Amino acid sequence: MFAYYMELALRSLKRSPGLTTLMVLAIGFGVAASMTSWSVFRAVSGDPIPWKSAKLFVPQIDNWGSNGRSSDGEPPNAMDYADAMALMRQHRAKLQSAMYQISPSIVPAEASRHPVNVGGHAVYGEFFPMLDVPFKYGSGWSASDDANRAQVVVIGSKLNQKLFGGANSVGRSVNIEGHDYRVVGVLDHWNPQPRYYDVVNSGGFNSQSDDVFLPFQTAIQANIQNDGNTNCYAVPKEPGFVGLQHSECVWIAFMVELDDAAAVSAYRSYLDGYAKEQQQAGRFGWAPNNRLRDLPAWLDNQHVVPSDTKVSLLVALGLLLVCLVNTIGLLLAKFLRRSGEIGVRRALGAPRRAIYLQFLTEAGMVGAAGGVLGLLLTCAGVASVGWVMPKDIASLARLDVSLLVLTLLVAVLATMLAGLYPTWRASRVQPAWQLKSN
Amino acid sequence: MQIKPILSALKKHRLATFLIAMEIALACAVLCNAVFMIANRLTAMNLDSGVDESSLGAITVTGFDPAQATDLNARMVAGLRAVPGVESAQVISSVPFGAQSLVAGISLDPSGKKTPAVVQFYQGAPGTIDALGLKLEAGRLPATSDYQPLSGQEYFPAVSPVLVTRALAEHLWPGQNPLGREFWMAKWQFRVIGVLSHLSVSQYTEYAEQGAEWTVFVPTLPGGQLAGTYLIRAKPQDIESVMTTARAAVAKIAPEVVLDHENSHSVSFLRERFFRTDRAMAGMLVGVIVALLGVTALGIVGLASFWVAQRRKQIGIRRAIGATRGDILRYFQTENFLIVTFGIALGMALAFVLNAVLMKFYELPHLPLYYLPVGALALWALGQLAVLGPALRAANVPPVVATRSV
Repeated sequence: MFAYYMELALRSLKRSPGLTTLMVLAIGFGVAASMTSWSVFRAVSGDPIPWKSAKLFVPQIDNWGSNGRSSDGEPPNAMDYADAMALMRQHRAKLQSAMYQISPSIVPAEASRHPVNVGGHAVYGEFFPMLDVPFKYGSGWSASDDANRAQVVVIGSKLNQKLFGGANSVGRSVNIEGHDYRVVGVLDHWNPQPRYYDVVNSGGFNSQSDDVFLPFQTAIQANIQNDGNTNCYAVPKEPGFVGLQHSECVWIAFMVELDDAAAVSAYRSYLDGYAKEQQQAGRFGWAPNNRLRDLPAWLDNQHVVPSDTKVSLLVALGLLLVCLVNTIGLLLAKFLRRSGEIGVRRALGAPRRAIYLQFLTEAGMVGAAGGVLGLLLTCAGVASVGWVMPKDIASLARLDVSLLVLTLLVAVLATMLAGLYPTWRASRVQPAWQLKSN
Repeated sequence: MQIKPILSALKKHRLATFLIAMEIALACAVLCNAVFMIANRLTAMNLDSGVDESSLGAITVTGFDPAQATDLNARMVAGLRAVPGVESAQVISSVPFGAQSLVAGISLDPSGKKTPAVVQFYQGAPGTIDALGLKLEAGRLPATSDYQPLSGQEYFPAVSPVLVTRALAEHLWPGQNPLGREFWMAKWQFRVIGVLSHLSVSQYTEYAEQGAEWTVFVPTLPGGQLAGTYLIRAKPQDIESVMTTARAAVAKIAPEVVLDHENSHSVSFLRERFFRTDRAMAGMLVGVIVALLGVTALGIVGLASFWVAQRRKQIGIRRAIGATRGDILRYFQTENFLIVTFGIALGMALAFVLNAVLMKFYELPHLPLYYLPVGALALWALGQLAVLGPALRAANVPPVVATRSV
């Protein structure tokens, strides 16, 4: 029977080719425009570490007081040295790391080559297991390396390619800012976008990967300066990098892993306890005003997803809506005109169900055709995103299977839905009345 | 033209009419807001930097010993001036659209309790103002004696005579003469000696509570903190090739430093890069608008053609009893006008709701009222254009159709 309905639908669609083309075009356009924006949106707002983001938290401590807060009462979005070090020392979370952005120059072994600047972070050893950082060779460093300020380094795959031709370089040494460091690990390709562990400095997105990771205290000792933002409420009393460490300026990112709700509330009260201690010690002249957000909430709070992308998604959804309304209107006009045909079929004994099936088949076919067109247009759209969007965002927008399936489903479902009302009207037609009037 | 028969005909197709009107309404709402967003982008992209962008470039180096700053500056300036095509090379703290530096809150009294503005300080050696091409609007330019050295790791001289932009002066002292006024940043004191017409900040963001042109120029002698960034001026047609040569020359001039490739470009390039996202966004919105209008027009064409085909017989009868071609044409045009008007009325309300939602979530400004009549006109025109084809076909239906049986 279904094959018969298909044939009927084909015949009916062939009878008005212009209208059919219009409907297919409208659906194709709408689906393609909204899906393309959706793929961009998903690429930039997508959870960078979905399996763990609910366990990663970013603590904020108010070390500036009410005058330094923004209008909504938020504490600074980074930490000063004293607080970050206290939190590291007291070590209350399962895993935790303070970090700051560095951009040291690497001096190649051959004297003829010019030194290069490489981006990276100074972190604690727990950074690597906390963020499930993938290693190609070797591993991160231990807590005792952190404590002993060991001269070790973890390098990215790109830097490994550049310096050692991609070979296993664990145990070899790299000259960073004039000192030799022993390579303990080489990362596999790892460049999470957004760069969630330090969004304050990267604005979330960064087309260049972090290529060098040094132990935090080793970097501090080697006087490798902060390459990220420094925000000060008051000018440091002493000059230079050491002055920055003794100041209330914020420049350190901090992340902790807390595995369950009990651990979260324990850490929250620990932070408040810490701030109270500081208040009693006279350093803070205000009540504790801390925050502890999980990663998704933190990314949202820091406006990491460009609001432009969200707005363009809304606009694209509006376009899809217009296309669907358009299709409903056209299908309605087409189906309602066929009451004569329905009358004949009903008079010959077709139940309502059969009428529904016939017309939904026709609507579904229009939807599928529109979906396929939309699919092709979406492919073209995603491929051409690079022409209009900045490279760092465009390179993330990819067509994947789930997007393809969703495209088809949205198209077919939307048209079937659009076909439902006209079909319902058509199946209500009284056969006798319809036959008589003809 | 009688409207009543049209209305009663439309009543027969209530749902189809309503759907087309809804489509117009949605299109109207999306159109107004999208055009408004494009206009916002374009305004942002028209930011006047106040400098001769097409003749300027910046070279930034890092990784030098702060103690060597003075020596490095001397070598860099001499070396860069020797690059063929360079008209001027000066030590500067940063350039518009380059890396941001020296952004701080200022106060109008020494206590520093209130910070009425967050501004960017530009520092430059003698000759920088000329090289940038800044225009003085009031007061005087700094004299040679106004350029003071920075001692040790200090950011500014204790008291500096400075130039401020018109925009900043209006913000700090609305309606008053800014010349001779003073302001403070931490322990440093600044006295206004002149007003610049324009000078933009390096990295303007709409969301920060900072004006695009809240800037201060502090005349400073090179050395100390003022080192590592160099302003280059060349003829506009030469600037890109001069910059390429200059970037390559750094390795010879100062082999011990590292060239910051990100921030060593012509100002035109930096500007282009800075506004890339805005341009992309505007482009995407234009695409969506074109698709939207196209689909809406297609919908109108489709439904109107359909109705024309359905009413061939009635049209024939009307023609047979004396209606002219013009009457038939106008019938369909009026019908379309009524539907579109209904849609626009709905759409205006919808546009405001959408704008309110966008304002709430995405910090978008209020939709100006004049967008609505403009949007309405565009949709009326679109509707009339779309219906023209089917209406002409209807007008061509011969009266003899009336006499034929089905």
